[in-house]
Amino acid sequence: MTGTEQPPTTRNGYAWPQEGISRIPYWVYTDPGVYELEQKRIFQGPTWNYVGLEVEIPQPGDFKCTFVGEFPVVVTRSKDGSLSAFVNKCAHRGATVCRTRYGNATDFQCIYHQWRYDLAGKLLTVPFRRGVVDNGQRVGGMPDDFQTAEHNLQSLKVEAVNGAIFASFDPAMPPVREYLGELMTHYFERVFDGRPLRLLGRVSQKIAGNWKLMVENIKDPYHASLLHVFLVSFGLFRADQKSKVEMDETGRHAVLVSRKGEQKQSEATKDMANFKADYKLYDPSLLAGRKEFKDDNTVVMQTIFPGLIVQQQTNTLAMRQILPKGPDAFDLIWDFFGYADDDEALAEMRLKQANLMGPSGLVSVDDTEVLELCQKGFRECPDQSAVVELGGRDFHNENHMVTETAIRGMYNFYREIMQF
Amino acid sequence: MEAAAVKDLAAVRQEAQELLDAYVECLDDDRVEEWPDFFNDNATYKVIARENVERNLPIATMSCTSRGMIQDRAVAIRKASVFSPRYLRHIVSSVRIVGEENGAFLLHANFAVFQTMQDEDTKVFMVGKYRARMVLTAGGPKFQELLAIYDSSQIPGLLAIPI
Repeated sequence: MTGTEQPPTTRNGYAWPQEGISRIPYWVYTDPGVYELEQKRIFQGPTWNYVGLEVEIPQPGDFKCTFVGEFPVVVTRSKDGSLSAFVNKCAHRGATVCRTRYGNATDFQCIYHQWRYDLAGKLLTVPFRRGVVDNGQRVGGMPDDFQTAEHNLQSLKVEAVNGAIFASFDPAMPPVREYLGELMTHYFERVFDGRPLRLLGRVSQKIAGNWKLMVENIKDPYHASLLHVFLVSFGLFRADQKSKVEMDETGRHAVLVSRKGEQKQSEATKDMANFKADYKLYDPSLLAGRKEFKDDNTVVMQTIFPGLIVQQQTNTLAMRQILPKGPDAFDLIWDFFGYADDDEALAEMRLKQANLMGPSGLVSVDDTEVLELCQKGFRECPDQSAVVELGGRDFHNENHMVTETAIRGMYNFYREIMQF
Repeated sequence: MEAAAVKDLAAVRQEAQELLDAYVECLDDDRVEEWPDFFNDNATYKVIARENVERNLPIATMSCTSRGMIQDRAVAIRKASVFSPRYLRHIVSSVRIVGEENGAFLLHANFAVFQTMQDEDTKVFMVGKYRARMVLTAGGPKFQELLAIYDSSQIPGLLAIPI
């Protein structure tokens, strides 16, 4: 536990800096106690967590193993087509029940004592429940009042929105669209418009940083114009292009929106040391996108609290699932997808442009690097704070990207849900 | 098998071994500018998760479907991508010629890549299998296609330099 030198508001033993949401104390990234609280209040609390795409489990009996926060969960499709999610720990001794990431099953059986569950996690049978017969006497077994119905796998609430599956530990969660709010639902349904999806595959990396750094990175258009040579030089995403930053009313979800420009100098490129006017590609087809949405936006990056990024970078679409693995590490899973009705050329384009993103992304490699550098920087000084004052000290929607407003928005909500 | 054919196969395997050895030495010695020279015109290079191969899903972690894209990757390492200095060391084993198709030899080999970051212990970065189509050209053996299919569930950090 830590505190600043001038603690104005100490709540639950944690003192947030006096300046409020324009400061982020480093202990939110390093403190094991904070991390544990996040698991309870956020990931096991009133939030919707992305767990996969329906196209990953299209058939009855299909399942997928993933996580909500640190909890391993199985997402399944039952015989009637309905979706379920349950914690992947046997109700008997806690052993992992489902041991493969993807598959198809008629039921799930723990290998230890063979407790058997249906596709929705309901306990079906327990071996030797009535004991065995020895010399005409029934011996052993469960007590007479043992009820299988009381030992189902712990289930989560599940909702699919046009092909994207969300799960929550909180049975009282309102529908996902309500959780997103009207504006964020609009952006979400821009990509998830109800068309059947085509799964392109999954790529995963482990990043030595706190999970929130990844979310903040995609709420931060400031760095994009400075860090990423690729974005800046080829005008894919730049501070002097038509863009905006918008949030839901709570500030927890946000979207960065931008339109592709040209590889040209401007008054703004003077501040962009990484702008390289002479940088040319041998194969520029990588940058040849096709307009496929109603608007002209070529980059729409949506962050859905807590750990989902919906990515549209030209024609590369992906769900980035952020899975915390301790205060100083997270897994970043990229589920790349297109639409079932993509023509061959568009399908090829998506695969080609995926080179910009992922663990080897010509853009995203830089992000991995800086997130790990930040985490290293926090290590010895949990009481210091990040300064997030670009574009002001409060949070509101903006029609430009020279702002950290969406980071402040998220921390406004974070302080509320964490009671800091 | 004819003795001559056995001898030929041994010679091809020798070529493959030399190509792979030179290839990984180039990468390990940080001579990425020379990396495109290991590929033929219109070659393909991909780094793919084994899980995607097994599930028949097309996404690759790194995907170059033209020689131009291979050159662009090499340039980006120096000019675009931002990442901390590191040493990489490839160990290649079990090199096999498993067939011949349209003038290309089908080549399999295992790889392990170790990564050493400054001030850190050396760690296993990636293990997997090369699947390649090798052609013998006037300029020596080249890859027409090289796939690095990795077992690793997660890539530790970032993958900027080809495998």
